Amino acid sequence: MSNILVYIHAPDGTPTKGQRELLALAARLGEASAVLGGPADAAALSGLASAGATGFYAAAGGLDATGLIAPAVSLLEAAVRASGATAVLLPNTVEGREIAARAAVRLDAGVITDAIDVDAELTVTKPVLAGSYTVKAQVTRGPALITLKANSVELPEAAAAAGAAAPVHELELGETGPAARITATAEHAATGRPELSEARFVVAGGRGVDGDFGPVEDLADALGAAVGASRAATDAGWIDHSAQVGQTGTTVSPQLYISAGISGAIQQKAGMQTAKTIIAVNKDPDAPVFEIADLGIVGDLAQVLPQAAAEIRRRKG
Amino acid sequence: MSQNTGTPLNILVLVKHVPDVQFERHLTTPGQRLDRSDSVLSELDEYAIEAALALSESRGGDKAGNTVTAMTMGPDAAANAVKKSLQMGAAAGVHISDPALAGSDAGATSLVLATAIKQLGGFDVVLTGMASTDAETSLVPAQLAERLGVAQLTNLSKLEIAPGTTTVTGLRSGEDGTQSVEAALPVLVSVTDQANEPRYPNFRGILAAKKKKVTTLTLAELGLAEGAVGAAGSATRVLEAAPRPPRAAGQVITDSGEAGIALVDFLADAKLI
Repeated sequence: MSNILVYIHAPDGTPTKGQRELLALAARLGEASAVLGGPADAAALSGLASAGATGFYAAAGGLDATGLIAPAVSLLEAAVRASGATAVLLPNTVEGREIAARAAVRLDAGVITDAIDVDAELTVTKPVLAGSYTVKAQVTRGPALITLKANSVELPEAAAAAGAAAPVHELELGETGPAARITATAEHAATGRPELSEARFVVAGGRGVDGDFGPVEDLADALGAAVGASRAATDAGWIDHSAQVGQTGTTVSPQLYISAGISGAIQQKAGMQTAKTIIAVNKDPDAPVFEIADLGIVGDLAQVLPQAAAEIRRRKG
Repeated sequence: MSQNTGTPLNILVLVKHVPDVQFERHLTTPGQRLDRSDSVLSELDEYAIEAALALSESRGGDKAGNTVTAMTMGPDAAANAVKKSLQMGAAAGVHISDPALAGSDAGATSLVLATAIKQLGGFDVVLTGMASTDAETSLVPAQLAERLGVAQLTNLSKLEIAPGTTTVTGLRSGEDGTQSVEAALPVLVSVTDQANEPRYPNFRGILAAKKKKVTTLTLAELGLAEGAVGAAGSATRVLEAAPRPPRAAGQVITDSGEAGIALVDFLADAKLI
């Protein structure tokens, strides 16, 4: 069975949904091993093992956490060489793409980003041109480095029982090359809401919220959804840039996307059209967003959203 | 304005000519290549050009010996991306153009760009946008840093070189939050659309651009074999492409006071709540 590596950016006691998706996909393709991009204690190893990892690769003496990208690239390169992996799965984040990009140069390998599926022949399915086409692509040389979009893999119902402690292979990295230093990190303010990139439900507001994200946040909280925003709304300073959905923000592919006050120009549609179900609320009956919505509501979001939020809370009791 | 400007900088900014995202974009059949008619300078590259010009100006600009060069790789029409960069204020342009380049993936593209950068004598700062608006992979900046053997400062929303120093500092939007990052020159930097407000070319800039020099480079001039680039030199291959089936418009209702309830009914019917 071929070896498949999964790059785990920040191992923690409980693997994130994204990490579990990566490991579940890897286990489907072969023997899954996790490459530890940060310190992992026994609980983290056990969490990853129960999500499908049957082996681990770590930097001997720990990975230099203040070096930007380059140390992780050296670790991944060493892990591929040690394991003879045929494929490496990484998260489709800024970090995941960049680590894959540089490792590919060192390994003379190919990278495919934005994957939503990978089959047994390592053929990758991915959306391109903002979701207007679906492409199948393959890596033709070296191990296949693939970055996987969140919400792409169906997770097994029951988590596998935590197996016997899998071995941790410690790899000597040597000189990891010139790297920028990370001198400080200001963590994203905790909102108590799901991570936008991984959320099953997203409620997003645009120009039509006219400065007040209150109704959007209210409905999001009633649903347990993440809050998103169009570029117009983040550019106006109504909400933090980290909420931006689409080309220059976070790409999402949730089960449910509720768009409020977003007209649906081509770039905005791009941000939402990989969602399974779309509900649009807009005052303008001619808004293009209604062309792609499964349910369109012509109305004032300041009325419709709070009413929906109250109704959801009422039904949930 | 006189200031301690330090050593003058040679800055290279990479630009790409891409189909306008305001219109529907198409893949050609056969070949699954992007239809590149109606192309413009990638919007995200304007932030890189602005960052390059601002960096030069912070150290006294052209007069103090700083240079900003704009480079692109692509077919004939890609020269327009360089032209716009010159109109905005870049001093010179480089256009890498060769029929054998068509179909290059990120790895092959970064090889060509890195080869050209080394041949041109290296730069203190290589600047790019956060992604191209066509392929949107964001792979090339990191691969260039790897091939050039320099530190990467990617996805920066703020960028600065303190007067008189050779240390680049910035703010980076990463998975874990906003990171303060720094590196010594030479570096590769990519900037986000939060980094600045790109300037518009003014009339004087448009006139001045006509006199600026654009160097054209072919594969042979770069000493690269045809098999090392294009589809042949790429480590990835597109097997097939299908347009996404258009989403059918669903039901549209007009709120008459109960649409919030209808929304929740819809969610319940779809088993989403």
